[in-house]
Amino acid sequence: MNINVTLFAQALVFIAFIWFAVKFIWPYLLHAIETRQKTIADGLAAAEKGKQALEISSKQAGEEIGKARGRAGDIIAQAEKRASQMIEEAKIAARDEGGREKAAAKAEIEQEVSRAREALREEVAGLVIAGAEKILRREVNAQTHAELLTQMKKEI
Amino acid sequence: MATGTELTPTEYINHHLNFLGKKVGDGDFWTLHLDSVSVAILLGFLGLGLIWWVARGATAGVPNKRQAFVELIFEFIDNQAKGIFKHERHSFVAPTALTVFIWVVLMNAMDFLPVDWIALGTHAISEHGFRIVPTADVNTTFALALTVWALMIYFSIKVKTLGGWLHELFCAPFGSHPLLWIFNLLFNLIEYLSKPLSHSLRLFGNMYAGEIIFLLLWMWAANSAWSEDYYIGLIVSSALAWAWAIFHILIVLLQAYVFMMLTVVYISMAHDHH
Repeated sequence: MNINVTLFAQALVFIAFIWFAVKFIWPYLLHAIETRQKTIADGLAAAEKGKQALEISSKQAGEEIGKARGRAGDIIAQAEKRASQMIEEAKIAARDEGGREKAAAKAEIEQEVSRAREALREEVAGLVIAGAEKILRREVNAQTHAELLTQMKKEI
Repeated sequence: MATGTELTPTEYINHHLNFLGKKVGDGDFWTLHLDSVSVAILLGFLGLGLIWWVARGATAGVPNKRQAFVELIFEFIDNQAKGIFKHERHSFVAPTALTVFIWVVLMNAMDFLPVDWIALGTHAISEHGFRIVPTADVNTTFALALTVWALMIYFSIKVKTLGGWLHELFCAPFGSHPLLWIFNLLFNLIEYLSKPLSHSLRLFGNMYAGEIIFLLLWMWAANSAWSEDYYIGLIVSSALAWAWAIFHILIVLLQAYVFMMLTVVYISMAHDHH
């Protein structure tokens, strides 16, 4: 153990190295590390914000889908209602048409019947007159009894 | 040893414990240990230079492995400093801790180099000794410890002002009663004396002891080379030296760590008010 001037030389070297580290090493490393820490912190914050935004928009999307589903249901219900309504209308129209056709047919039949009845009446009247003529030709004058005959024709 | 002439064990060890001293003036004090100073400067430039080189190209983005390694050291030192030093550490204390740790680790690590192989090279520079481990030179450890000691007093006065510091010298830790002044002062003087002594001698003792143990083992190896059953001594001493080197890795790192921590603790204590 011999203390000598080496001590002072080493102390000066030590001080120089401390100065070097304080001035040229530490600030650069500190800056790089702190900048990176900030970048990472910002990134994490941004990710958190993105997550929140995603949550909000998925909630909104869910609401929208629910609304759309409701509206679609309404539309379908309306359409079904309308369809049954249309069927009902068609039924009614068909029934009306049928009724009308039936009435027309009935009227025609009645017409035919009355026509036939008229023709029959004419024919019967003719036959009656012919029969009566045959009878009266022998017994009465046709002219004297013509008035009576016309009256009878009317009564039939 | 390289000369091959016979040496007694004492001569062998003494030979390896010679400093490369250079007279720079009259008297024993004016001797400069060129080996300690040159190796210390070289290692400081190597260690801090590498870190500086990485720090200059440091990116805030994704670091490469080299930068990641340096940042690992940075974080380690910074965490230690943060744990002890509660004031603004980035402007001085933390970089000082980094300097101390890197430098002392490298200087201690010189103990791993096989002394006799190193001697082959250093004999070209100096025939009469070249100590490769600067921290096994008490001048180096005292230089570091006394610089820290001076920093301690500087920060004490800077933080507490000269009056505050003198007040603490006389009025702490026992109290400010005038009868206690002398005891306070004595107590503080002992503290101021013991701090650099324990700080420097702990490192010096560890590294010097490590060096001596290596020398003893190499001496055993060298002596058995001339005996008949030389291989036993050679193998056993080499195995022991290997085991000691592994254990010494722990000591090298631990002592550098302790030295750095004490540096931060002492400077931190200078900032605290009593």
